[in-house]
Amino acid sequence: MTELMDFDEALAAFDPAMGLEVHVELNTLTKMFCGCRTEFGAEPNTQTCPTCLGLPGSLPVVNGKAVESAIRIGLALNCEIAEWCRFARKNYFYPDMPKNFQTSQYDEPIAFDGWTEVEVDGQTYRVEIERAHMEEDTGKSLHVGGSTGRIHGADYSLVDYNRAGIPLIEIVTKPITGTREKAPAVARAYVAALRDILLGLGVSDVRMEQGSLRCDVNLSLAPVGSDKLGTRTETKNVNSLRSVERAARYEITRHAALLAAGESILQETRHWHEDTGVTTSGREKSDAEDYRYFPEPDLVPVAPSREWVEELRGTLPEPPREHRARLQALWGFADLEMRDVVAAGAIPVIEATVAAGTTPQAARKWWLSDLARRANEQGVDLADLPITPEQVARVQALVDEGALNDKLARQVIDGVVAGEGDPDAVVAARGLAIVSDEGALTEAVDRAIAANPDVADKIREGKVAAAGALIGAVMKDMRGQADAGRVRELIIEKLS
Amino acid sequence: MTAGDLVRRSAADLAEALASGETTSVALTQACLDRIGAVDGAVHAFLHVDAEGALAQAAASDARRAAGAPASALDGVPIAVKDVLATGGLPTTCGSKILEGWVPPYDATVVARLKAAGLPILGKTNMDEFAMGSSTEHSAYGPTHNPWDLDRIPGGSGGGSAAAVAAFEAPLAIGTDTGGSIRQPGAVTGTVGVKPTYGGVSRYGLVAMANSLDQAGPVTRTVLDSALLHEVIGGHDPLDSTSIDQPLPALVEAARLGAAADMSGVRIGVIRELGGEGYQAGVQQRFDEAVQLLVGAGAEVVEVSCPSFVHALAAYYLIMPSEASSNLARFDAMRYGLRVLPEGPDGLPLASPSAEEVMRATRDAGFGDEVKRRIILGTYALSSGYYDAYYGQAQKVRTLISRDFAAAFEKADVLVSPTAPTTAFRIGEKLDDPLAMYLNDIATIPANLAGVPGLSLPAGLAPEDGLPVGFQVLAPALADDRLYRVGAALEALLEKEWGGPLLEQAPALAEEGTAR
Repeated sequence: MTELMDFDEALAAFDPAMGLEVHVELNTLTKMFCGCRTEFGAEPNTQTCPTCLGLPGSLPVVNGKAVESAIRIGLALNCEIAEWCRFARKNYFYPDMPKNFQTSQYDEPIAFDGWTEVEVDGQTYRVEIERAHMEEDTGKSLHVGGSTGRIHGADYSLVDYNRAGIPLIEIVTKPITGTREKAPAVARAYVAALRDILLGLGVSDVRMEQGSLRCDVNLSLAPVGSDKLGTRTETKNVNSLRSVERAARYEITRHAALLAAGESILQETRHWHEDTGVTTSGREKSDAEDYRYFPEPDLVPVAPSREWVEELRGTLPEPPREHRARLQALWGFADLEMRDVVAAGAIPVIEATVAAGTTPQAARKWWLSDLARRANEQGVDLADLPITPEQVARVQALVDEGALNDKLARQVIDGVVAGEGDPDAVVAARGLAIVSDEGALTEAVDRAIAANPDVADKIREGKVAAAGALIGAVMKDMRGQADAGRVRELIIEKLS
Repeated sequence: MTAGDLVRRSAADLAEALASGETTSVALTQACLDRIGAVDGAVHAFLHVDAEGALAQAAASDARRAAGAPASALDGVPIAVKDVLATGGLPTTCGSKILEGWVPPYDATVVARLKAAGLPILGKTNMDEFAMGSSTEHSAYGPTHNPWDLDRIPGGSGGGSAAAVAAFEAPLAIGTDTGGSIRQPGAVTGTVGVKPTYGGVSRYGLVAMANSLDQAGPVTRTVLDSALLHEVIGGHDPLDSTSIDQPLPALVEAARLGAAADMSGVRIGVIRELGGEGYQAGVQQRFDEAVQLLVGAGAEVVEVSCPSFVHALAAYYLIMPSEASSNLARFDAMRYGLRVLPEGPDGLPLASPSAEEVMRATRDAGFGDEVKRRIILGTYALSSGYYDAYYGQAQKVRTLISRDFAAAFEKADVLVSPTAPTTAFRIGEKLDDPLAMYLNDIATIPANLAGVPGLSLPAGLAPEDGLPVGFQVLAPALADDRLYRVGAALEALLEKEWGGPLLEQAPALAEEGTAR
């Protein structure tokens, strides 16, 4: 059993330093070096060609759109953009790598020397970006048999090369120091901030659960007061925001226990186990591991003109933090309300709903209550629910016109989500409009009074609060399709 | 006209015969197949002959002719293709056991262009494994024999293409040249070979040895034939990022112009470093005589010095293996080609081998010694701590060589040298001495390092052994037309001296009856 030290105790003795490496799959239509499609979830090995299978004689051609996305990411992270850079071959053997080298970038990344800021508990931390470079993804191995799903102990392995050659941007931070006990939270906040930036740029789906954003957490400890970095471990494929925080925290407590016991940290790759919340040793990694990088001779250098870079800078959206602050002021949301909106990832949908004519508060109400619950149940993002912001806005407009009440509006939303068509179509098909026929309402009120003489007497005696029971009866009678306010007025008119 | 006469004619001549209706592509293709059947048992130029496919393509060509719509000037003229170019539906082995039986699902751009131009593909020619060698002895499928003397090597790596053309098995062939693999076989077999400007012919589908050096090009019996073929295969290809996006110069026109043998106003630079010591006396003699013929035709001859060329071989043997070590990593038994299951210490196959163990066993069994030697060299040269001293330094030498060329081309329109330091050596003679083998390419390697085009044509037979000598012409990048102008002129001057093509003097090969 791995010894762990209490987190606070660990922080009393040691200072953590972190480096985060994030791999982002771009959402280009085609792969990095060939014309194959990049759709997620296609039948294995159906999106392949001689180039991404690494067949003898095949050659790569750079995807211009991927270069454009890389530059925009670099600019959004306040990086310098290289005037001239090359691809390089990273040589190592692995069955899911078609060429047994990965076409990547080495000492000439497309973007370098940037920074971004993240906020944790009201404090702002600046994260320095070392570099962002372009590379291709590998295929995906599926290890069959054995208990762990890992290669050791498997009976055999299958490889799907659909993913091979999908454009990746690897974003590497400089060591993040001085964050003390906030280190795990800062790690999480950084990945979350990066995700927001990438979403805003529209360059990636950033689905951690689908692997389109993958994070490696490098962590080391040094004794408090020391200005040297300790030996690091590299925890691979930490694939949720929560896990980023947990993995950092776990490694801090594990390193601290080892160091306190006088042992040294082994520089190695570690695997994160989402289910048990621990890391285990992967292959040993030392500086002796030699990828024999050299410039890719099959590709010509990438030399983005300064005019193009400036043109791309002009396409950058407002940075997420500024964007959020501006929207909060505009919408008049309290800090807590805004925090919930951000946590739910609801900014884009609320923005679109407001743009379609709904008030910010009403938009927030719909997306953070009913729709957030549905998204949660289905395990999808709000934006992926089968209802558009425009449809939500139309439902709210029907409420504002008095054609629907809240309860009916929910049923309309149900119908839209169930694929019954636009709100108006659902209203028509389900017959959900409020009954504004005074005659029918009056008859229903009379029936309710007749059926509940005790309640009617109380109201006659002036206990107006008792009207609720009668209103409920009328609404039930009208199958919800009545304006509760008008029903109340009618009851009081009759009984006063 | 007999079929025997047909196979000896040049491609340009055959194109005319097809155009005039004197013969048909089917007749011509069948004549080549018959010749292959008769002599290839002795020469072993081919690894794979596709009689059925070639005849089908020939019939299609004849149909186009009959409809008055030939696809190109060479429509219907058959061709042999070096086994390093991917041919969809035809085996492509690169002379290696590791690719035995592999049939690519796609065509190299060069092959696609040959097909589009209507040239029936006779088959795939032998080569040193993965183009690593200067003798074709490193083929995993046995050596090719020089038609001039079957005990001698046909050069390499493209010995199969050169021998096929020299033995009249094909009027045309495609070779590839990384350090001289088109030009040196041309020299020792008395044929013409051209390495185009780097980027002038698409590398898509050319199984890479060294990506920054490899170029495919024509292997023929005449300079004009090379120009005709070069125009079919050359030009920009969007599938190859290193392909030059410019139109080819007028190559056929340059060859026709050159045939008039008027060299007045042409400055010819003799490279001091590529000749003299280390060059066989008869090779040097024929080279010098050829230069005098050009002078006689009005050329101005100057001597130029390229001091960095002395480092070319060393730089080449760092850059080429570095790139090759990485290129050959893909042969791992996972997706295609040979798969060897590893054995345990008891000599029995392992019950449950890991992917790594399968890779190791396959690469051990599938690669020959020369390939392994270069993988080891390249892996070492790229290793951390050695990279700057080896790969880095070699790249600097490469820059110096380019500068030497640039300076020399200030003084001369073309540069000339013997193509190879010796005539064809005996099979087996240098097999145990890799360094001696590497020296064969000493005069051809600088052009690859600098990316400039080069042509080799026959300059006669060395007096001491009666074997062909090659004459090399080099031109600045993108000026491939100069090769054809000077090459065609020298060819005309020499053939006047000889009273016909040099290959007419080659000994007759015993025909082993009629084949097929």
